[in-house]
Amino acid sequence: MSAATESTYTPATATGRITNFVDQRVGGSGILREFGRKVFPDHWSFMFGEVALYTFVILLLSGTFLTFFFDPSMAESTYNGSYVPLKGVDMSVAMNSTLNISFDVRGGLFMRQVHHWSALLFTASIAVHMLRVFFTGAFRKPRELNWVVGGVLLILSLADGFTGYSLPDDLLSGNGLRIIQGVISSIPVIGTYISFFLFGGEFPGTAIIGRLYVLHILLVPAMILLMIAIHLFMVVVHKHTQYPGPGRNDRNVVGYPLGPVYAAKAGGFFFIIFGVIALMAAFFTINPIWNYGPYDPSPISAGTQPDWYIGWVDGALRLMPGWLLGIPLEWNIPLPWGVNTLSLNVLLPALVPAGIVFTVLFAYPWIERWVTKDDREHHVLDRPRNAPTRTAIGMAGFTFYCVLWAAASSDLIATHFHVSLNDVIYWLRALFFIGPIIAFTVTKRIALALQRKDREIALHGRETGRIVRLPHGEYQEVHAQLDDYKRYKLVGYESPEPSDGVPNGNGVVTKQERRRAMISRLFFEDRVAPATPAELEAAHAHAPVHEQIEEPERLKEVSH
Amino acid sequence: MKALSQRRRHPLAAVALLLMGLMLTGGLYAVATTVNKAKADTTYSADDAHEGGKLFVANCATCHGMGASGSPDGPSLVGVGAAAVDFQVGTGRMPMQLQGPQAQQKPKQFNDEQTRQLAAYVASLGAGPAVPEEKYLDGQGDAANGGVLFRVNCAMCHNAAAAGGALTRGKFAPALAGVANSHVYEAMITGPQNMPVFNDANITPEGKRDIITFLDTIEANGSPGGADLGSLGPVSEGLFIWIAGLGVVIAFTIWLTSRTS
Repeated sequence: MSAATESTYTPATATGRITNFVDQRVGGSGILREFGRKVFPDHWSFMFGEVALYTFVILLLSGTFLTFFFDPSMAESTYNGSYVPLKGVDMSVAMNSTLNISFDVRGGLFMRQVHHWSALLFTASIAVHMLRVFFTGAFRKPRELNWVVGGVLLILSLADGFTGYSLPDDLLSGNGLRIIQGVISSIPVIGTYISFFLFGGEFPGTAIIGRLYVLHILLVPAMILLMIAIHLFMVVVHKHTQYPGPGRNDRNVVGYPLGPVYAAKAGGFFFIIFGVIALMAAFFTINPIWNYGPYDPSPISAGTQPDWYIGWVDGALRLMPGWLLGIPLEWNIPLPWGVNTLSLNVLLPALVPAGIVFTVLFAYPWIERWVTKDDREHHVLDRPRNAPTRTAIGMAGFTFYCVLWAAASSDLIATHFHVSLNDVIYWLRALFFIGPIIAFTVTKRIALALQRKDREIALHGRETGRIVRLPHGEYQEVHAQLDDYKRYKLVGYESPEPSDGVPNGNGVVTKQERRRAMISRLFFEDRVAPATPAELEAAHAHAPVHEQIEEPERLKEVSH
Repeated sequence: MKALSQRRRHPLAAVALLLMGLMLTGGLYAVATTVNKAKADTTYSADDAHEGGKLFVANCATCHGMGASGSPDGPSLVGVGAAAVDFQVGTGRMPMQLQGPQAQQKPKQFNDEQTRQLAAYVASLGAGPAVPEEKYLDGQGDAANGGVLFRVNCAMCHNAAAAGGALTRGKFAPALAGVANSHVYEAMITGPQNMPVFNDANITPEGKRDIITFLDTIEANGSPGGADLGSLGPVSEGLFIWIAGLGVVIAFTIWLTSRTS
């Protein structure tokens, strides 16, 4: 720094002088030099995190516009705006101002739709980003903590989505809020108290919209921003992962530097995302609160669902029977201070599936680390097929989620596919249990089959379909060998072997270690080993005739 | 004329011809259907009932029995009134195509005159709800009040935007767009299929008129925010963002990264 401050360099242009002035005070060129040289590998599946970041920026911009006109008050008012089918209807000020944004503020409806569509895209891109990270094994050391931060970001985005969904105080979101209130009340002993504190009295009360508003625009976004900062900081520290390929290993990153190519691409990508959302907002309506009308605890509309990201919890509630084998799932338990109701038909579906999904999600990096005893850093990703058990576990979880998700639209499945609503529920209940098992088995078999195919192609090349008759009468099919770059992709992966229990310092294989060995076998016992150099050598040299007949094929390939 | 014949081999000539043909048939059809809509008056002559009786024996008695006294395959129609007949036959639900969870709508089998005669016959069997008066069907009531009534009484099955919804065991509440005002009114007073009856004590005739006005208004206004995605709420919105939204975004990501690796 001291060298920089004493610099006698005077730039020729005015811009140069201003830049130099700033640089001497904040050291911008050093930062730029450091960040501009950061290398990012290029792959389309690496860009979902960026999509999430950009939609969050769009959410901040459009949300700020909406706060100018939205009034989170639950005071009673009479609508007197432009939308005729609601003229003269009593509603809360929150609903009234949202209708005004939609019909009387210039560009208001567009901004509302921009905000809501980008909220849906925000959560969707986070979900896809996490799926990519999971299936490619990018959560492994050193990125376990960043995986956790990502999981927290997912939960925060759901929280911000739900609080925002409730703000207009329309019939749809009011019913959603009522379900949440029901879930809270089902928590034993303290549930009703939490509900009372949250809603400031009996549901719906006059406080909840204002409180959700503060959470929605202040606390949750602030936490999201903090988590994004930590998330990105760790990305910089860890460097980006890359797909396997020739010349790529755990000690390098192959790709483009941030400046100028990647910075330009990323900047342009922001405007692409903004453009896509703006087009959607302009041509497709979302959350038409004027259809739903103001919230009133008595009516409900058919086809009432939460936004997609809360759908799976709603689906779990729909799947849960109230009675099981003739036994009611709701008990009134007499306790010294009075009768408490234990409502398992609400408590279990609301908390258990979400509990399972998030526990496994957060714990998975450590589960795999424990099973493989792998303490090395990994910067090269796995192709999903090359980690069959992990991929199978991921697909099982994905299926579990999707069954619940589908259950949230059970009524629409029934009407649109002309089937009985009851049958939809029965089938989804069955799939809730067997779907993940089927998905696990099928995925694992597909992954292993793909690995065998890769191995076959690496060893023997691709079938060309050209049959050649040799001078002595033998028929052979000509196989085209892959070039070295393509072959590397098929053989250059790690394939852990099942590890037996390792004795500890006292020479004893502990129970826990034996359990670990068992799970390790489950993970890796049917592994398909990548072709070794010796195998490749043997396969390619096994028949001189083979070599001969391949010659013209190769020449042909070169000639065109 | 010469200019026209010169252009007859223009590449777009066939398209223009097709368009003209479609507009002509469409226009004629529209005229024909509005002619058909000429409203039947609600007083029936003995002759109407007599003709209706003959139609009934030929088309309905198989299930509903002679004299509409009912059979194991269909309920008695004594006392259901002219409104029920006008609704069921006028929307094509009766004669029923097949037994199922509920009678499906289909192209109607009888013209307005025959429907009127059938209604006259059934009305002559016993007192029941009559075909509604024209003044409640004009769609000139209070749309906002109709909306309130609709949300309280109808939306839980028919959806707040009248887009329809599911009931148990394959039954459903149909979407209400395109349903004639008279049929909406008749459905309320007769409770067809699984629908409850909303009698005049429940919702006054003026209230029913407001509901009809509300339905007419939302149907005529369309969706203020762009394509309505079926008015099905968050499910179609979620499908849209996952398929169209993410689909387009993925296409762009592939495009942006296509030059390398």
